[in-house]
Amino acid sequence: MKKSKYSLLLVLTLVLSVFLAACGGKSADNGNEKSEGAKTSNAAQEIKVLSKSEIPTLDSVKTTDEIGFNVLNSINEGLYTQDKDGSSVPALVDGEPEVSEDGKTVTFKLIDAKWSNGDPVTAQDFVFAWQRAIDPATASEYGPYMMNGKIAGAQEITDAAVAKKDFDLNTLGIKAIDEKTLEVKFEKVLPYWKDLMAFPTFYPQNEKFVKEKGNAYASNAENLISNGAFKLTAWKGPTAMEWTLEKNDTYRDADAITLKKITFNVVKDNNAQVNAFEGGEADITDILSSDLVPQYQGDERMVSALQPSVYWIKMNYKNEALANVNIREALAKAFNKEDLAASILNNGSIAANYFVPDKFVTTPDGKDFREKNGDLIVFNADEAKAAWEKGLAELGLDKLELSYLGGDTDSAKKQDEYIVNQLETNLPGLKVNLESVPFAIRLDRAKAGNYDLLHSGWGPDYPDAMTFADLWLTDSPNNEMSYSSTKYDGLITKAEEVAANQEEYVATLQEAERVFLAEDYGVAPTYQRADNILISPKVKGLVALPFGPNYSYKWITVEE
Amino acid sequence: MARYIIKRFIYMLITLFVIASLTFFLMKLIPGTPFSTAGKLSPEQLQIMKENYGLDQPIAVQYAQYIVGLLKGDLGISFQFNNVPVTQLLLERIQPSLVLGFQAIFFGTIIGIVLGVISALKQNTWIDYSSTFIAVLGKSIPNFVFAGVMQYYIGVKLGWLPVLFWKGWDYTIMPTIALAMFPIAITARFMRTEMIDVLGSDYITLAKAKGASSFEVAFKHGLRNALIPVITVLGPLTVSLMTGSLVIEQIFAIPGIGEQFVKAITVNDYSVIMGTTLLFSFMFVVIILIVDILYGVIDPRIRLSGGKK
Repeated sequence: MKKSKYSLLLVLTLVLSVFLAACGGKSADNGNEKSEGAKTSNAAQEIKVLSKSEIPTLDSVKTTDEIGFNVLNSINEGLYTQDKDGSSVPALVDGEPEVSEDGKTVTFKLIDAKWSNGDPVTAQDFVFAWQRAIDPATASEYGPYMMNGKIAGAQEITDAAVAKKDFDLNTLGIKAIDEKTLEVKFEKVLPYWKDLMAFPTFYPQNEKFVKEKGNAYASNAENLISNGAFKLTAWKGPTAMEWTLEKNDTYRDADAITLKKITFNVVKDNNAQVNAFEGGEADITDILSSDLVPQYQGDERMVSALQPSVYWIKMNYKNEALANVNIREALAKAFNKEDLAASILNNGSIAANYFVPDKFVTTPDGKDFREKNGDLIVFNADEAKAAWEKGLAELGLDKLELSYLGGDTDSAKKQDEYIVNQLETNLPGLKVNLESVPFAIRLDRAKAGNYDLLHSGWGPDYPDAMTFADLWLTDSPNNEMSYSSTKYDGLITKAEEVAANQEEYVATLQEAERVFLAEDYGVAPTYQRADNILISPKVKGLVALPFGPNYSYKWITVEE
Repeated sequence: MARYIIKRFIYMLITLFVIASLTFFLMKLIPGTPFSTAGKLSPEQLQIMKENYGLDQPIAVQYAQYIVGLLKGDLGISFQFNNVPVTQLLLERIQPSLVLGFQAIFFGTIIGIVLGVISALKQNTWIDYSSTFIAVLGKSIPNFVFAGVMQYYIGVKLGWLPVLFWKGWDYTIMPTIALAMFPIAITARFMRTEMIDVLGSDYITLAKAKGASSFEVAFKHGLRNALIPVITVLGPLTVSLMTGSLVIEQIFAIPGIGEQFVKAITVNDYSVIMGTTLLFSFMFVVIILIVDILYGVIDPRIRLSGGKK
């Protein structure tokens, strides 16, 4: 009884104090006084990181999400790994592998690496993992997505499974010659094969351990082993909102790792992430929502990283008016992207006048892909108007009404309202009906081709212009707008044929991009996204990666 | 009484069955697939995924399978959390929500009743006005505003209480206060109105005439009768608080069921949607039954049908 009275009083006091505190204005910043004993001469090599979501799975052949890839990249390694500059460097592979004359077969020698249970990492571990990834019984999403058309035999297995025919997993283009020698066959010449080998879907798995655990494999920290820089020491499973990584002493390059411990906590609310950071509960936040970015503008604790994700407006060729190239040119040039990026997005994103992102692909001469191809569609109200009038005249129309399908998040609505307003202002006689719908509906309608204009984008899974360029092939499932050009298809086919010659390959893809945008006005590019996070000034060495996992914690050190 | 409860229990099962069926068909109307990468997969790859989870079957077959599973107590597995059984997910996630909801309704009701009774007794004084003011605040300001303000000032700036997370009793204080604001407001307003009504009735005049003290009149005779409408609103309110609050759980990073339910809907995690709906409906019908029984306990004038023997 006494206790409940006391609690009541406490509660009332607290309610009151809310109002009092709210009226008191900003008090002096004393938030950090409780911070752990980092005041000694050697700062504790431990950090606390926030994540916006739980880890759906850590079975490397099944993972599809960024936090899953982040953790996998920390606890495991494949043949290659992404270096500080995002390039793919040898990890489990010993020196330069042997590439066959036609460029389609690569033979890797493995180094002596160990799993955290003491077993050696063998060539068979790769064969086992890859076969699991493509096996329809595994129901992996990324397995077939990453392998079909790239690894020899993958597409055939998927096709056979759909047709309910027999298939043999051993037909997949991967073979263990001996314990330390691995032979991989590609479907075609893949200029980006090293980057592919760094992707978590292609990591090895310890066959004995996976089979022993069966369905429980990777269901929690105990049912998982690692061969990477860290090991997972606490994780109760996919629904856990907290997990811990600790340095793996059996890692091949353990001496290079300073960080001892990373504690992750799930915080889904954006404001709460910032409060946790300000209150000393976290050293690194997850990606900030764009409404929070302006208040940290100029603050050294906010780090912005340009991502290789590009957004554009798709124009559906099934609509007779949009099949007219002048109308497409007009729409693509009629909105001010610089303003969109600077004022509406206001988070470090930049205007996109291209579909192959900036700071994404480096050509053989060491320059950025964009350097030669530059800006292909720029905002120009006068040219837009001229093309518009020409297009309308060709169609015999004096006005046009189009539907515009956009996302339903606050940020998406703001962008879309701005773009629609710009289009209607700069193109007289145009009426655009904006529909803001949830992602799943947008996806359904895109696949069904049920739209006029559609604001969407693409994030790549390996650093090669082809991951963007093959979107617009006539038979690409991601084309979604009935774009079909024999010239464009021909250029992509040519690029694949000349892939062994890097210079010609890149030049052909650049030409394809030019044809698609500057001649056909295939899509109207809008912007390239930047992500922002908050990071404590004492944490150094966090690296943003361009594809797959978005951050690497390997090189982090904590200073005083 | 026992017969009454058995009858109600059978009705309850029928209600749950209807809800389960309705939700199943409504859910199938939501566009999209439960596969997070559906946008990248080719039609063949998508086909394989659907076959693996039996989603390529006709709806009627899926429904039959679902109902059979349900009768066996199998709620299926989650898509978003790689094959975690829904039962396990619900059991894990309902606990924090229950604790939080119970604390909020417990403290909220007590504070609300006290405020309401005092208001009624001291009608049109400054006490009455301040309690009205608190009630208006509690009812009109959304709880996530309280939560955000508290988190920033009490947690970040003053450092009196943990900013967020769910690691001990002190972590529950701020979310409890935020959630309790609404029940405080509701019960205070209902209590005040009912008390004023009851205090003007004949039996109170009689009690006063018998010479009962004003404390006795208010709490022994008045309160009990004024509680009936409060209990009516408290039933559904209790369920809604115990089934978790999306925003409060997100703001304080509490591993509760409220935010999980909303996320399940947005990512088409079919079995989790079904499981959570059933659990919530179950709690709801149980609470309604309890409320009906409580009526009889508080006011003997209300008789339960079938309880006459």
